[in-house]
Amino acid sequence: MSLIYSLYVINKSGGLIFSRDFEGASRLDLNDSLRLASIWHSLHAIAGQLSPAHGCGGIELLSAESFDLHCFTSPTGTKFLLLVEPQCPQVPALLGRIYELYADFVLKNPFYEVEQVIKCELFDQAVDTAVRRYPLMLLSQPAGQGQMLAAGLS
Amino acid sequence: MPPRPLPQLEQINAEIFTLTYGSIVRQLIADFEDLDEVNKQLDQMGYNIGVRLVDEFLAKSKMGRCSSFREAAEVVGRQAFPMFLNVAANVTNWNTDGTECSLILADNPLADFVELPEEYKGELRYSGLLCGVIRGALEMVNMDVDARFVQDMLRGDEVYEIRLRLKEHRAEAFPFKDDD
Repeated sequence: MSLIYSLYVINKSGGLIFSRDFEGASRLDLNDSLRLASIWHSLHAIAGQLSPAHGCGGIELLSAESFDLHCFTSPTGTKFLLLVEPQCPQVPALLGRIYELYADFVLKNPFYEVEQVIKCELFDQAVDTAVRRYPLMLLSQPAGQGQMLAAGLS
Repeated sequence: MPPRPLPQLEQINAEIFTLTYGSIVRQLIADFEDLDEVNKQLDQMGYNIGVRLVDEFLAKSKMGRCSSFREAAEVVGRQAFPMFLNVAANVTNWNTDGTECSLILADNPLADFVELPEEYKGELRYSGLLCGVIRGALEMVNMDVDARFVQDMLRGDEVYEIRLRLKEHRAEAFPFKDDD
């Protein structure tokens, strides 16, 4: 079973503008989430500068024993973080889907102020649906990739 | 660079869009009574659209980062215009240092049914919204540009021509200052 724990969205100045937990209650209170979001924002920037590779865009994946943190940065500077169970496949695809939902349900809402906290019920619902369908997304992945992942897991 | 296939977006009747835009322009003229101010408002409205629309474009077209202004201009003309307006724009007339170019449109859905009255032909930039959209969208990916119509079929020119001028290409979004 592949579990998605939480989603965070960080604006381009490092402020947390959205957070949502999918597996039960949050383990963090809001202040901690805010603080960690800006720490991640800075770490991401520092990693981009430290990297010996030219044109490094920062950290994409942090693997820990009990979770994986996937980070997607849009070319406009907004960061989408997903905390998932270790070894979850296809998380970048899910992040791409969430970016689309953000473009649709957040930015197209005329009463949403750009860069401010996201309070859009339609976006909440759409994200919940996308996360609920994530296991189905795994079933429809190309066979070759599935085998590779299965081999990696065994 | 070969154009990529366009993502499937929900389609709407173009007329409702054209007519809505027309009534907005009429209303602005009625409210402000000053064509300069109307042009400014249209540009500002476009800018506000552009800063939001760019994320939709990036999310749905799955484009990565553009390495140069030249590439970005091609993407605007060849991908973004077809995706949102269903017309492609040709990118031509580059200046030698690659900081200015023209987007040439043979067709402009904003102006499908429009005939400008004589008193507006001089000043009104009827489709000025588009310039604002481009300016807003490129600003979000760290390119400050000037965009303005230099040819307009509504004013008797052969084509629609938007002139783009790159003012500054900021390397990174982070407000890093190296003080030493």
